[in-house]
Amino acid sequence: MSKFQFPPSISSRPVYGTLEPRPGKAHLMIADAEGAEALLDLAASDAALFANAHIIYIPKDTGETYVERLRALGPAQFYVGPSYAASVQRIRRVLSDAHMGLQVYLAGTEGLMGQAQNEAMQAGIPHGAIQTEHRGSVARRMQCVHCKGITEDVTTDPFVCSHCGLNLFVRDHYSRRLAAFQGVCIDAEDPGNVPEPVELYK
Amino acid sequence: MTIQFNTETFRDDYSFRNSDWAIKRFPFPFHEDSYMYSVNMEQHRGGPAGSVYEKRFDVDEHYVSEMADRAIVLAEDPLRCQSLPHMTLAGWDTLELIMVSKSEDYPDLFELHRDGDRWRWINKPMGIDHTFTFLDETTLPCGPLEYITRQAQGDYAVLDQRGDMLYMDAGMVTTQADWSLDFDIGMDFFEWHAPVPLAHEMGIFKRALKFLLNIQQGAPARRLNWTMTVNPLLDTSPENYHKWGVQKTTLTPENIGAKQHLRVELQTFYRLPRSNALLFPIRCYLIAFQDLVTVPKWGRRLHRVVRDLPEELATYKGFIANRPLMLDYLSRYDDGLPTSPGIWPDLETEPPLQT
Ligand code: HEM
Repeated sequence: MSKFQFPPSISSRPVYGTLEPRPGKAHLMIADAEGAEALLDLAASDAALFANAHIIYIPKDTGETYVERLRALGPAQFYVGPSYAASVQRIRRVLSDAHMGLQVYLAGTEGLMGQAQNEAMQAGIPHGAIQTEHRGSVARRMQCVHCKGITEDVTTDPFVCSHCGLNLFVRDHYSRRLAAFQGVCIDAEDPGNVPEPVELYK
Repeated sequence: MTIQFNTETFRDDYSFRNSDWAIKRFPFPFHEDSYMYSVNMEQHRGGPAGSVYEKRFDVDEHYVSEMADRAIVLAEDPLRCQSLPHMTLAGWDTLELIMVSKSEDYPDLFELHRDGDRWRWINKPMGIDHTFTFLDETTLPCGPLEYITRQAQGDYAVLDQRGDMLYMDAGMVTTQADWSLDFDIGMDFFEWHAPVPLAHEMGIFKRALKFLLNIQQGAPARRLNWTMTVNPLLDTSPENYHKWGVQKTTLTPENIGAKQHLRVELQTFYRLPRSNALLFPIRCYLIAFQDLVTVPKWGRRLHRVVRDLPEELATYKGFIANRPLMLDYLSRYDDGLPTSPGIWPDLETEPPLQT
């Protein structure tokens, strides 16, 4: 699957790279959905990495597509979780046990990478030891600036806030603390006039 | 002079008014007939007697009513005041700076009596007489930043300096030009400025940051920023935009003089002593178009600035749709005569409007 090139944007919007093998005592890999492909590519360039790797994988709607292929990489630990929320306690535990020299690899959707990066930073993992690679859906994790509720996996602009029901447009302004983009009421100045939602980047 | 404090509102019936005194001392932000972003910073070392620059923290006739409005906003949304855990010391620095400045600059309104760590603070306009222990949070009803900024006009951002970067790690924000502290808290200087058009490409934020990093204790700086607001609404927050946005559509040729306000922020920058944080007070002043044009120079100039403002700026500032209406109104106050340089009203020397 070809990688999506995000168009140039404002300076709060995160940019992602390509995962590279880095020397380290241990390797924590957190991925969702097509993010598995980035781990498989990583293995193609350095399979030896996985002997000391802990993979936390959340398949989302890819189901079983990648699970066995990831297992075949022979990671020291392999966990398949049903959702990010269900996995986050485990992620925190692993990060709190981390020693110097841990390398963190994040791959998949922006929502997953943003939240996991937050956990890693809070656990004191240096910024330079965290890599990211976007794969799969361009869906965004959005915070409603009005009610503060988070709507996951937003794929259209505008969209309906899953908490308060306002029609929100999708801004590029991004908070790393919230791991979310900002959604703002689209029809405030013309109530009821809500444009047809279009798919993001279309 | 002693200040007569107004009883007025910044919402619902909008009874806010500027006296003649407040109009004459309004911080008109344009020193020439056009406007573009620039690194417009200067030392904050006082200014002409009676001007908003004179004191470190200006107190005017709107003080008591603005504090009442802040209390309403905070009751509805406590997230307007936040402080990350490492910012408590900077909160105490802020409390000290404001209490010392106000008691020295307005001894008839504020008193600070210090006996070691036992401090007695008297705020006469708000009827507060409170004794507490400096640096002991348990002796205040809330955190030090919230305590003092519930008693000081303007918003406050408190910036932690780490490496060569500033981080917005605390603040009190209830009179903002459409940005969210809750969303921006923790961001660095370039991240929170990300939505601003053109200025990044012009290199303005790089130079501005360099200037800020070098600000020393005892040598504060200042700049003016501006936007437009329909009705004298202090809380133009993104949080409440779905409620106030529609007010922008209520302008008519008949009501624009009274309803349309120029909104000016006097922004100052103070290095704090214990925390080495930077305090960024953002003081908001509002003036109705009909009051502003009573100063002939300002009427002439505002028309030219609004007319020639780049589209990106008018869009970002949120008045692109109302610009034609504004120009219809303002053009009546522009007779084409030249204007004197600088921001001051120059009432004695500038000619009256020629009709
Ligand atoms: C450290 C103190 C400062 C803080 C906390 C701060 C904060 C902000 C915020 C929150 C915004 C709104 C951005 C948005 O749309 O979401 C803004 C806008 C802006 N800031 Fe700053 N700022 C600071 C210093 C400066 C300085 C020193 C300059 C000097 C040039 C500057 C220039 C601007 C400009 C030009 C805008 C756009 C304003 C408009 O067009 O209305 N800022 N600032």
